[in-house]
Amino acid sequence: MSQIAKPGLSPLPAERLLWQYLVPAGTHWSGVMRRGSALRLTDSEGGANCAVTFFNAEEKLERYNMPDTLKAQHTALLTRGHCLYSDMGRILCSLIDDSVGWHDPLCGVSDAAQVREKYGESHYQSARNAMARSGRDSLLIELAKYGLGKRDLGATVNFFSKVTVDAEGRLLFASGHSPAGGAVDLRFEMNTLVVLSTAPHPLDPAPSHAPKPALLTAWHAGEAPADDCCRNFCGENQRGFVNTERYYLS
Amino acid sequence: MPLVASQLDIANAVIDEVCLAGEPWIRTLRRGQIFRILDLEGNQAVDTLFYSATDPAERYCASATVVRQGQLYLSAGSRLYSNEGQAMLTIVADTCGRHDTVGGACAAESNTVRYALDKLHMHNCRDNFLQGLAHCDCHDEAAARLNLSKRDLAPNINFFMNVPVTAEGRLSFEDGISAQGKYVELRAEMDVICLISNCPQLNNPCNAYNPTPIRLLVWDPQ
Repeated sequence: MSQIAKPGLSPLPAERLLWQYLVPAGTHWSGVMRRGSALRLTDSEGGANCAVTFFNAEEKLERYNMPDTLKAQHTALLTRGHCLYSDMGRILCSLIDDSVGWHDPLCGVSDAAQVREKYGESHYQSARNAMARSGRDSLLIELAKYGLGKRDLGATVNFFSKVTVDAEGRLLFASGHSPAGGAVDLRFEMNTLVVLSTAPHPLDPAPSHAPKPALLTAWHAGEAPADDCCRNFCGENQRGFVNTERYYLS
Repeated sequence: MPLVASQLDIANAVIDEVCLAGEPWIRTLRRGQIFRILDLEGNQAVDTLFYSATDPAERYCASATVVRQGQLYLSAGSRLYSNEGQAMLTIVADTCGRHDTVGGACAAESNTVRYALDKLHMHNCRDNFLQGLAHCDCHDEAAARLNLSKRDLAPNINFFMNVPVTAEGRLSFEDGISAQGKYVELRAEMDVICLISNCPQLNNPCNAYNPTPIRLLVWDPQ
């Protein structure tokens, strides 16, 4: 994939747009996305990290499951065609388009002690809204708004970040992976609580705290058609769609 | 994959139990105790979770463990970190060489996705974890006090399981690299609850299509 030739995704038709919100660098957001809606995450400046986790909005005990997602699709990266599975064999959302090519599902978020160790002390008193908040604290704040806490915080997908694994198992962070304008489209197959932080990736080697913003564009996608690229990515996803569609039958 | 043999004498173990295939096991390990999981017949996946014995919100965290050590697989010398960034256990001996942090536990519902919709009834590790937690008052008072439940089932360790990730980001379940008599030994760095499912999966080669017993031993601080 040439990042110069194709930095982003095609513009969305105006009649499908629902809303936009720019999540500032190093902050957090949460919201409920309905089945059939979609969220385009855009790395507006390049080099963003967007740590996201997902819950069934109506039964929050059902939540994103990283191992089930990776096992079902025999992958340790996420890109177009992949689905994000709940721990109940259903699909929370699908990556229906992606210009970036690799999103990290393995590395989670930094905690406050790691952020302090890496970037030094940072307090609101002097830094104001540029204070370096850890991804973990950002997610815990948003989770608490729904009665969720530390025990509910599991794996995240780190959109726009790439971490490879060598033959000995060593992790390697790919600096400069995501270009300005890089974007990924998530279509929601369930009514889903989305919880998101724009804190830097825990393996980002940049010595100074330099988080980047992420633009959220909500749009109407409709339900997955029969010839959908995610539904037909593998037999596992076809069964995952059956499980999900049965859940919404009436 | 450094292989390190243990010097401990089985005759001195304070716990020495066999966990049959497809059964859960839950016990407290006190700080300094040494815990051995022994693969009695070979190629047996042992799905394992650890919790702080005093705080139900502190538990083994796969991402903290791999990020803090820059290493996806576990072997001798690896530390298991909690979601609070604390070292919970250290692998002090290992004759297998590699253990998995990514594959998680099989579940009834994920089996329907991975294999076929009619696999829903088959025995699986998540059901085992839930069964172990439901009856932990029979086995371990400290575990019972934590009131752990489904929300506490984070991505687990699979001892003896081989789940290689390629440089291109592929993930596969390979034949096990364990064998009869291989073991892994961990020193508890804090008081922890260990929750195991001795994996009953029959649909893939993680147990060589034949789940078998494991032996669990604990020594007091050496």
